[in-house]
Amino acid sequence: MTKPRAAGRTVGGLRPLALQAPAVTLLLMWMLVPLGMTLWFSLQRYNLLMPGMTGFAGLENYEYLFTDPALWSAMGTTLLMVGWILVITVVGGTLLAVLFQQEFFGRGIARVLVISPFFVMPTVSALVWKNMMMHPANGVLAWLAELFGMQPVDWFSSLPLTSVVTIVAWEWLPFALLILLTAMQSLDEDQVEAARMDGAGPFSIFFFITLPHLKRAISVVIMIEMIFLLTIFAEIFVTTSGGPGLATTNLAYLIYLQALLDFDVGMASAGGVVAIILANIVAIFLVRMVAKNLEE
Amino acid sequence: MNNSTLKRFCIGLLAWVIAFVIFFPIFWMVLTGFKTEADAVADPTLIFSPTLDSYAEVQQRADYFKFAWNSAAVSLGSTLLALIIAIPSAYSMSFLPTKRTKATLLWMLSTKMLPPVGVLMPIYLIFRDVGLLDTVTGLIIVYTLMNLPIVVWMLYTFFKDLPKDILEAGRMDGASTLQEVVYLLLPLTLPGIASTGLLSVILSWNEAFWSLNLTSSQAAPLTAYIASFSSPEGLFWAKLSAASTMAIAPILVFGWLTQKQMVRGLTFGAVK
Repeated sequence: MTKPRAAGRTVGGLRPLALQAPAVTLLLMWMLVPLGMTLWFSLQRYNLLMPGMTGFAGLENYEYLFTDPALWSAMGTTLLMVGWILVITVVGGTLLAVLFQQEFFGRGIARVLVISPFFVMPTVSALVWKNMMMHPANGVLAWLAELFGMQPVDWFSSLPLTSVVTIVAWEWLPFALLILLTAMQSLDEDQVEAARMDGAGPFSIFFFITLPHLKRAISVVIMIEMIFLLTIFAEIFVTTSGGPGLATTNLAYLIYLQALLDFDVGMASAGGVVAIILANIVAIFLVRMVAKNLEE
Repeated sequence: MNNSTLKRFCIGLLAWVIAFVIFFPIFWMVLTGFKTEADAVADPTLIFSPTLDSYAEVQQRADYFKFAWNSAAVSLGSTLLALIIAIPSAYSMSFLPTKRTKATLLWMLSTKMLPPVGVLMPIYLIFRDVGLLDTVTGLIIVYTLMNLPIVVWMLYTFFKDLPKDILEAGRMDGASTLQEVVYLLLPLTLPGIASTGLLSVILSWNEAFWSLNLTSSQAAPLTAYIASFSSPEGLFWAKLSAASTMAIAPILVFGWLTQKQMVRGLTFGAVK
């Protein structure tokens, strides 16, 4: 019944296309116009500091880029950051979801508190962590360390990547928790009860019932976080500016350094093209994998 | 106290300790906003005489309400525009799917993964040439496009969940596509549309990269306002805290009030 009707409404596939046209056209323009310009710039000698130096550069910019150790370091940093944050937020979020699912006094308020960091703008959370938490002299963490008779840690110079990962994980852990907590609510209590009757301990219940139940929700968390974490910028900009050295420079920040600090439009555009290609590789492999999981 | 009450008490205590540790930076920031600069950098303490000086000074330095107004206009404007563009598209994808639908959806999502810096230069140049730099309109356009893929995805999943029979019945009664969307689809999926909108508002409110690079004095939203306190001169913690508190307060309260709604949107409706 549905088929001929649907076909009747599409008029040779025209109707769905017409309905999708605004969104698709706009996104295509949003992607292709800058992409085209970026591609063009990437083949030019174009440095705002050297107006005399112009003209077609061929693949020169790419050559510099690929022989520059900074690119490989930035790619490594990007992957490390995304990887660590995903591990922390997914594992932590799952454990916290189990905890916050229990009945206890003031659960509603406790939940509201624990998910709050997700609503704080990244620039603010970075500033608060940098100045008031991780400051080596006056920060709360330094004060705590001294209280316990330990040497305060100079977070951003001795553990730069750890510091950035901590801040970003703090922002996204509540997100994972929020999603997983919601997923927990549809967990079949009878099934858990039955398993308990059969003598299953809390660990077997967690690994054989809770975790499989959360599979779909975890896929969602990984997919959404990946989309946002690949382009982390504000937190790095505010805290370490990519340093010390290149320790916290991810791909997004590397392009920024070249574009806005070195004024090298050509090089920055080449970096942009590489980033775009990488983003699409991730989209094709990882997101497709996760999306398939969602379709079941 | 029997064993299970004790166990429940311990679980509650643990949960509250964790909740407080995670919330602490926000709590500390709000608290610091009420301190004097001297108290702010002194050893951490909960005992101090609260003052509103920092708030007054922050307000004196820059008109908070102008930035807040820009933030609100840009978030609401871009969300509304994104919904208007996305609804027909999501409708056709969920009810009239073709072989390409899935590929289109994935492609849309992939545009979200491009680092904005990669396309900043071209967008900046185009905006400069058409006079969109430092305008609310310009920012609305960018945020709309930025959120569009996610908005389409979410609406798509919400629409797909709708029993086909309902729309089918409407069609039998002779409803046109427009009538079908307006009288059946939209009312039935309103919770989903609302949660999609909420998320889009929050993402726009908190976006920093484009707002910093495309606005200066006229259209600057709260993210830019905060950035002006991140300079070395801004290292006055009490003022920084007061400004930050003012910047996040509206969206934090909004988030608290709407968290239940939002989860549906955040998970593309896939988690119930």
